Amino acid sequence: MQNNGWDEFEIGAMLRSFDGEVKDIATTLQEDRNYSSSNSFTASVADWRIEKPVFNKDFCIDCQFCWIYCPDISIISRDKKMIGIDMDHCKGCGICVEVCPTNPKSLLMFPEQADEEAELAGWPEKDKEEK
Amino acid sequence: MSEIKKIKNLKEFSTSADRFEGANLLCPGCAHSIIVREVLNATNDDLVLSASTGCLEVCTAVYPYTSWDASWIHIGFENGSTAVAGAEAMYKALGNKGRLKQPDRNPKFVSFAGDGASYDIGFQWISGCFERGHNMMHVVLDNEVYANTGGQRSSSTPIGSSATTSPAGRVSYGEKKNKKDMMAIMAAHGSPYVAQVSPNKWKNMVKAIQHGMAVEGPVFINAVSACTTEWKFAPEDTMALQDLATDSLVFPLYEIIDGTELNITYRPKNVVPVEEYLAAQGRFKHLFKDEYKYLIKEWQERVDAKWDYLQRREEAKV
Repeated sequence: MQNNGWDEFEIGAMLRSFDGEVKDIATTLQEDRNYSSSNSFTASVADWRIEKPVFNKDFCIDCQFCWIYCPDISIISRDKKMIGIDMDHCKGCGICVEVCPTNPKSLLMFPEQADEEAELAGWPEKDKEEK
Repeated sequence: MSEIKKIKNLKEFSTSADRFEGANLLCPGCAHSIIVREVLNATNDDLVLSASTGCLEVCTAVYPYTSWDASWIHIGFENGSTAVAGAEAMYKALGNKGRLKQPDRNPKFVSFAGDGASYDIGFQWISGCFERGHNMMHVVLDNEVYANTGGQRSSSTPIGSSATTSPAGRVSYGEKKNKKDMMAIMAAHGSPYVAQVSPNKWKNMVKAIQHGMAVEGPVFINAVSACTTEWKFAPEDTMALQDLATDSLVFPLYEIIDGTELNITYRPKNVVPVEEYLAAQGRFKHLFKDEYKYLIKEWQERVDAKWDYLQRREEAKV
């Protein structure tokens, strides 16, 4: 993209979300879509994160609270099961951890550099006092 | 008439394929995209969308990227609603002439706007759309401030809130005017459906959106959107703030059908004092100084009076 002068701006622009013909996007899951390079799905905001969520599927009850309340479409749910986190689009806000109802939580925030395997191994025990 | 998407529970809802994409530039923890997702996922029909200038618009359409997987247009600050209304009028006209390429599709026309673009700048345009009776839905993402340009007050900003053009300090407690009652104004237009919703009550919200999409005529939805940047709270507390907003009855959830029939759609089991809602936000921090404490009492009285009024209207069915 070249730099234009102050009086040389584009009047408008049209961006295509998908390449090729699109049949019915509302029933096509993300992995089956043919995203164009101007769709923000192809971009990443992973460098915004200071902390990252780590998902422990052993405690997950598939309530989908994290899915509905995720502002960045980063909770991947397929067939009513939570299967993982989309780390390209997660901004690390931590809402998913706050709304997780299990004890101990099945999602926890860790520093971006933390090793996922090590954190999963040292996952907190069930908190008995809180019930 | 297309079928209304069946959403019995959250598990069923989670099989929806999102038509709003990540890597938009909204702040971490922004409630805007939660609202947009709940609106778009409430239907499987084709969508014609617009967004007026505001956080949602500047963050989801940063050239050369778009975060929308449906037809979406942005023109100016004030005319997002009329852009959609124009598309709807054209669709109707082509339908009457029999020139639609896919007449069996039943697209929904939705315009998104912030409270600045709805309560102040775009108000006349929205009023016009509702007066002409377009078959569309206008969704307000109400964060009570011009968050996109640095937090200036809008006519949605409540009393006591500190905004950049109504700052709290030694001589002032911040915003001095009460919030405009848009719900009543839009209901007075004779709109078939007007509702206040909050994304934390997703079932309530999806029901309102589906009702709004099923009725013929202009529909107004006021969605509470907690703003982590301007309300000044930690990003992970967005849903806690939404809960406080609805449970303290600062944002009572109700609907008005055909301009008259008012129904309260959510009654909190335990009503939280308004003080807790105010204490959770940095923009109300100064209200807890001794000289401004009387304002908190006034807040509570105002909220109680409003709730009482809503209940009486619901009972009287007027």
